[in-house]
Amino acid sequence: MIRLFSVREKQKKDAAAAANGKTVKQSAGELRLQKDISELDLPKNVSIRFPNGNDKIMNFEITLKPDEGLYKGGAFLFTFAVPTGYPHDPPKVKCVTKVYHPNIDLEGNICLNILREDWKPVLSISAIVYGLTYLFLSPNADDPLNKEAAAMMQQSPAQFERVVSQSVARGCSIGGEFFPAARGDRSG
Amino acid sequence: MELEGRWRDLDYLLNRQGNVVGPGFEPGPEIREFLQSDCRVLVVGAGGLGCELLKDLALSGFGCIDVIDMDTIDVSNLNRQFLFRMQDVGQSKANIAAQRIMQRISGVKVTPHHCMIQEKTLDFYEQFHVIVLGLDSLEARRYMNSVACSFLEYDEDGQPDLATVKPMIDGGTEGFKGHARVLIPGITPCFECTLWLFPPQTKFPLCTLAETPRSPAHCIEYAKIILWPKERPDDTFDADCEEHMRWMYDKALARASEFGIQGVTYQLTQGVVKNIIPAIASTNAIVAAQCTLEALKLVTMCSSGLNNYMMYSGTDGVYTLTTPYERDDKCPICSAGVSFDAAPSTTLQELIDMLMKDPDLGKHLSAPSVSYGSTNLYMRGALEQQTRPNLEKPISELVDGDGSVIHINDRQLVAAMKVRLKFGPSNGEMDS
Repeated sequence: MIRLFSVREKQKKDAAAAANGKTVKQSAGELRLQKDISELDLPKNVSIRFPNGNDKIMNFEITLKPDEGLYKGGAFLFTFAVPTGYPHDPPKVKCVTKVYHPNIDLEGNICLNILREDWKPVLSISAIVYGLTYLFLSPNADDPLNKEAAAMMQQSPAQFERVVSQSVARGCSIGGEFFPAARGDRSG
Repeated sequence: MELEGRWRDLDYLLNRQGNVVGPGFEPGPEIREFLQSDCRVLVVGAGGLGCELLKDLALSGFGCIDVIDMDTIDVSNLNRQFLFRMQDVGQSKANIAAQRIMQRISGVKVTPHHCMIQEKTLDFYEQFHVIVLGLDSLEARRYMNSVACSFLEYDEDGQPDLATVKPMIDGGTEGFKGHARVLIPGITPCFECTLWLFPPQTKFPLCTLAETPRSPAHCIEYAKIILWPKERPDDTFDADCEEHMRWMYDKALARASEFGIQGVTYQLTQGVVKNIIPAIASTNAIVAAQCTLEALKLVTMCSSGLNNYMMYSGTDGVYTLTTPYERDDKCPICSAGVSFDAAPSTTLQELIDMLMKDPDLGKHLSAPSVSYGSTNLYMRGALEQQTRPNLEKPISELVDGDGSVIHINDRQLVAAMKVRLKFGPSNGEMDS
């Protein structure tokens, strides 16, 4: 314990304080995100864009081009919104390219455990990028967010493979819903 | 009119020596004078804890109190936020709380601020001797932590400059559990030092919500996360809007009946959507009392303070435990960081080379990135190409001037390292 104030001297105002009119420059969440971004070495098939400039990093976009698996050949755009509560709170990630995928719904919600229930502050943007990559390599029909896609993947894998490749490459209708070719733009 | 004997108990504490007094405590009537006339205390939050804090502080002799809260009074607050009455519903919590305290307790001046904590500038926060937090979110705590730590400066020997230390007392309650914590930036751990302590909010897997709901809460979350953005994409959900909440409830109820789930009520919907944990008045009272006592001890030194975290649990009898949390000496927010001499004309590349050659700092660095506040000066990884042109620029062009604090990131560092630039009077012109 230390003595902070001298009652007798009352309070001498330190003129050196240069706080005039300023607010806190940066949230602790942003400070941590800077570390993530400075260490983010993306694989060749993933790219990042900061639409608001290099110094506004709390919102950014990631484009993933799977180089293997059913979704190979497509390009998928994700938006990341990092809250000031980061890394206690996870980033909000959406897939804005419309996709027929058991774990992604038509609104772009993604069922990836580390984005919600299994998020830990030690995880990073890099971990999420790997998680998303994995989701496109191995869709998981046991935890569906798009139930029809999951059912098709389980019951008729050959048909699932065919419609996915077709929707990704050229675009097609599946169950009355049109999926444009996955070119990495906003089609959701 | 001053009631006779009003300050008798306080004077016992302030006018007499004791065995457990704090360092430098000199008993005498001027301490109470200071408390009543000069000492400035800020209460952040005028909710359950805030009402208790304001009452306790005012009755303990604090004469000049400010209170800040952006919220308005809701009918559901009235059971425990005892400064508010039915006719106050809809009005500013800060304004009404200030009014009521001044009506009931003579000689106290309470100044309300009905706004967000982020709207106030640093010089507003600087005027207070002590800041007491009665908040309900980690986000707001972290913000206030950045505020308090932004004043902190260290001397040449790495000791905190006491004139820049802005102490905070944090109270928190959740049902029958609560805590009180003393944060003295530079001396006790700040929130970022111990961020790992805060448990994550329980969240349900999205696929469970979408496909296999099992509980009423699953149905309500489904309505909130999936249905609202889908069916009302142009409306921003407002938890205080009756129509919005009613919509949420109807959707959740329909979902529940579809899956044969019992127990979705309007009240539960409100609870889940607003993330309400039942508030217990006695928990607030106990935690606020402890916080007030700590504030009193801190400014008067009439007793040594809490070291530095007290948890309280009223679930099974009454239990408290006090633990000293430890500082993280590498904390990017409250640690001393290092001073580094560089001429203003040094280019960013030269500065990075100098940092890497430095016998103390160099060993922690392999591929450093540099930022200045939100400005990313040189970032490896995702922004390397975009920020590379800055490497050729003199640092005087990139930062505000002598004493600017930059942050260094490196894979070898657990968190950003603070470096305070000293523009030596050596070679090169002094930049403004």
